[in-house]
Amino acid sequence: MKYLALLAYEPTVWDEASEETRQAYHQAHLDFHKAVAERATLLAGEALADVDAATTMRHVDGQVALTDGPFAETVEQIGGFYLVDAPDLDVMTDLCALLPTAYAIEIRPVVTIEGFES
Amino acid sequence: MPVIGGGPPGTGPVETAFRDQWGRLLALLVARYQRLDLAEDGLADAFEAAARTWPDDGAPANPAAWLLTAARRRILDRLRAEAVAARKEPLIVVEESLRHQALDDLAFPPDDRPASGGAVHPGDPTGVGQLRDERLRLVLLCAHPALAPEAAAALSLRLVLGVPTVEIARLFLVPEATMAARLTRAKRRLAAVGAPFALPGPDRLGARIAVVASVAYLAFTAGYAPGTGDEVVRASLAEPAIRLAQVVRSLLPERPVLDALLALMLLQHARRLARVGVDGGLVLLPDQDRSRWRHDEIAEGLAVLKPLLERESELWPASAGRPVRESGSAGSAGSVVPDPAEARLAREYFLQALVAAEHAAAPTADATRWDRIASHYAALEELTGSPVVRLNRAVAVAEVDGPAAGLALLDGLDERLPRSHRLPAARAELLVRADRTQAALAEYDRALALCGNDRERAHLERRRAQVAATT
Repeated sequence: MKYLALLAYEPTVWDEASEETRQAYHQAHLDFHKAVAERATLLAGEALADVDAATTMRHVDGQVALTDGPFAETVEQIGGFYLVDAPDLDVMTDLCALLPTAYAIEIRPVVTIEGFES
Repeated sequence: MPVIGGGPPGTGPVETAFRDQWGRLLALLVARYQRLDLAEDGLADAFEAAARTWPDDGAPANPAAWLLTAARRRILDRLRAEAVAARKEPLIVVEESLRHQALDDLAFPPDDRPASGGAVHPGDPTGVGQLRDERLRLVLLCAHPALAPEAAAALSLRLVLGVPTVEIARLFLVPEATMAARLTRAKRRLAAVGAPFALPGPDRLGARIAVVASVAYLAFTAGYAPGTGDEVVRASLAEPAIRLAQVVRSLLPERPVLDALLALMLLQHARRLARVGVDGGLVLLPDQDRSRWRHDEIAEGLAVLKPLLERESELWPASAGRPVRESGSAGSAGSVVPDPAEARLAREYFLQALVAAEHAAAPTADATRWDRIASHYAALEELTGSPVVRLNRAVAVAEVDGPAAGLALLDGLDERLPRSHRLPAARAELLVRADRTQAALAEYDRALALCGNDRERAHLERRRAQVAATT
């Protein structure tokens, strides 16, 4: 199954992190990559720019309307994602458990829509 | 489904097959078809057909094979109908080798002897381990952490034991249609999130067993939640939860958390008949007719508890109650490090079982060893930090050291239990014993304002009137 892991955290956590903490974050991601290579397949993964750089598009009265900022103003913000092909949810949660403990991680299965199979 | 009630266990061939085979046959069908809904419906239909035909035609020589064939036919019909409708349901993740094995088992079904016979597989000539594993997979799937605990409890009763939806609905005090929808949602969710029909590695098993245990205990306590119906009947709804614990314990021997859980359930449940008075009202522990306790069940609970008691210091080495965390370094090389969640829950159930055992061992209410109960509650409070435990501890301490000591322990609990009627009710009783009648009456009023259960309200009103009459 393919899973998208959305990584959310409070931006201040990173901003205020010490050099050691940042190092620990990097190490956690390296551990994750290593474990994924053993038990699953990493399809994609990126870190995202701050929500300050987000643009949200909606159609309002037939017009494209842009607003600055994310969908929802929340304390936790999506800071990155991984797309992983894993055998099942248990493996996926095992893998995600390696990521920095300050993250809240939303794990969403990817579904196949008929006619749009990759 | 006439044969599959929650009444006294029947002895006919259909009832016997149901009790011994439901879970393992369902596990087999799930492994093969990867669909919880189809496996459940197909097997339920097969048992209905058995109930219809076996009494007249006689039970088949191999009931398990008969039931599997009937269930499989029904499932294939449904799959064909779905193919025509071009509907696609998500499948439960099942490892390929397991699917193949299930295919063999369906072709050569395991026979009836539970945990003794079974299809022959290389490396497991008796088939016992394999059948046990399949049932365990089902247990772990139903109590998967991806489900809310109450959904997991309902699903476990339905799929592992085959408890009818209507009884599960009564247990959780919801209409049958609501429970049916909840079960359907839970089954869909397990497939949609990709929860596997699989055994976790040894390092993960302990945490999962802790979830299974808490799910079974949730199903048990639901039977004791204040309801509007007949309390005795409601308590009988807790029985499947005990059976669930027994099944899991038979699949996973030597897990203290399951021993402690079973002991706790047996000891509490043994008092059910004495909990209800002639008027249908709730009878509290001190006033219960102890001859109505099920002393055979108490003996059974104590027998399960005893080995834990003998191994207490070994099981929970930090005698203060905290499980040893990540000891890591020296010593237990090679042995599996107990999961901290499992060890902690085991101790929690163990201490609660000790409290229940003290009550059970007391021939009269006056003979209760409140000093021991107070110390069990103190350990339990240290372990859990629970305000409800603190409340129970205060009541026990009041029995040992007098009402003032109990009242002191209740101080500061109000913010932590703002909606509990039990706190003001307990305080009222202690105030009465401290001869502070006016303060007691005020606490009864607070308790009455918070209490939503008619039976308990009636009890509180009676107590308030008695106390008011003495002023």
